[in-house]
Amino acid sequence: MKIAIASGKGGTGKTTLSTNLASYLSEKETVVLTDVDVEEPNSGLFIKGELVYEEDKFKMVPQWVEDKCTFCGICQKVCNFHAVIQLGKMIMVFPQLCHGCYACSELCPESALPMIPKKMGILRYYKNHQLHFTESRLDIGEEQAVPLIRQTKDYINNTFSEDAIRIYDSPPGTSCPVIEATKDTDFIILVTEPTPFGLHDLQLAVETMKELKKQFGVVINRDGIGNSNVTDYCKAENIPLLAKIPNDRRIAELYSQGKLIYKDIPEFRQELDKIIAYIKTLKINRQA
Amino acid sequence: MKIAFTTKGKEWDSMIDPRFGRTEFFLVYDEEKDELMFYDNREVANDAHGAGPKTAQKLFELKPDVLITGNGPGGNAATVLEKTNIKILTGASEMTAKEAYEAFKNGKLN
Repeated sequence: MKIAIASGKGGTGKTTLSTNLASYLSEKETVVLTDVDVEEPNSGLFIKGELVYEEDKFKMVPQWVEDKCTFCGICQKVCNFHAVIQLGKMIMVFPQLCHGCYACSELCPESALPMIPKKMGILRYYKNHQLHFTESRLDIGEEQAVPLIRQTKDYINNTFSEDAIRIYDSPPGTSCPVIEATKDTDFIILVTEPTPFGLHDLQLAVETMKELKKQFGVVINRDGIGNSNVTDYCKAENIPLLAKIPNDRRIAELYSQGKLIYKDIPEFRQELDKIIAYIKTLKINRQA
Repeated sequence: MKIAFTTKGKEWDSMIDPRFGRTEFFLVYDEEKDELMFYDNREVANDAHGAGPKTAQKLFELKPDVLITGNGPGGNAATVLEKTNIKILTGASEMTAKEAYEAFKNGKLN
């Protein structure tokens, strides 16, 4: 079972939900929590564990070999991302713009652009009893999150059993990093807040998930602020509303201290129970 | 001398586009020939990333001696332009191309 926790709007509570849900579930079963918001991973602020493994992550980028180059210009033409620029008798490569598609390298008639590895970030795996926590962190200055997200998911797929429940703390928004984080998951939980801004970005996220033909549900965080438009929208669109986490100062205080919420606040734990109950029905459906 | 301007239009009265990578047009004035030509750069709006290097490459092909712009090129574009001999003058954001040219002639841009 692979669950992604995503949102349109940022700052709605993806990490709060991911870390608490993963930790709570791990009291009874093995859980693999992965922070794939590689541009700003923060699940690690709430999950303490023993560092088991760490690894530098690389992407492949072209390197210009001046002696072989005939300045035909093919590399510049085929690069969709303007990562290869020809200036007269010079080829400039911008590794931070490169998507690692190999087009320039493969199509160069003189093999003057061999691909070489470039470090883009670091992956760390921590263990705390039945909770296996992995995060990847993009290096400062790197612009491409997708290659690191992809490699992180490959690591999870190669390291952990399919039987364990997998939770992905995803990036916000609706662009490429979110698609990469959610595309191979079984279910997506979209976290939102009940405000006009929350609703607006939720609708974008819903459209994205429909485009990907994904099963998804909504969790409202900070319930009690704003208005009822998110609830009304979910009803009208037949979107399962899995839980409503109350707007509670105690939750904010625990969060600001880097503590998990469910251990201290029963109202919060009850909402997690609702989400878990829903997830478990999905599991049965999937096996059937 | 050939002078390029980042602009929002095709004429002397067009405003300077303060952006470099995403400038809508380049106006290029050739002083010797007294010729004004423009280059339409608006297709760059379709690119999420890499506008700076792409536009810098285009400017290189236009072969001006001087670039007059507003805010100045960003990091990637600046890396490309450093490899060229184009002199970059900024601070013309609120001017028309004509006013920017006059300001340049009077030594008011740097």
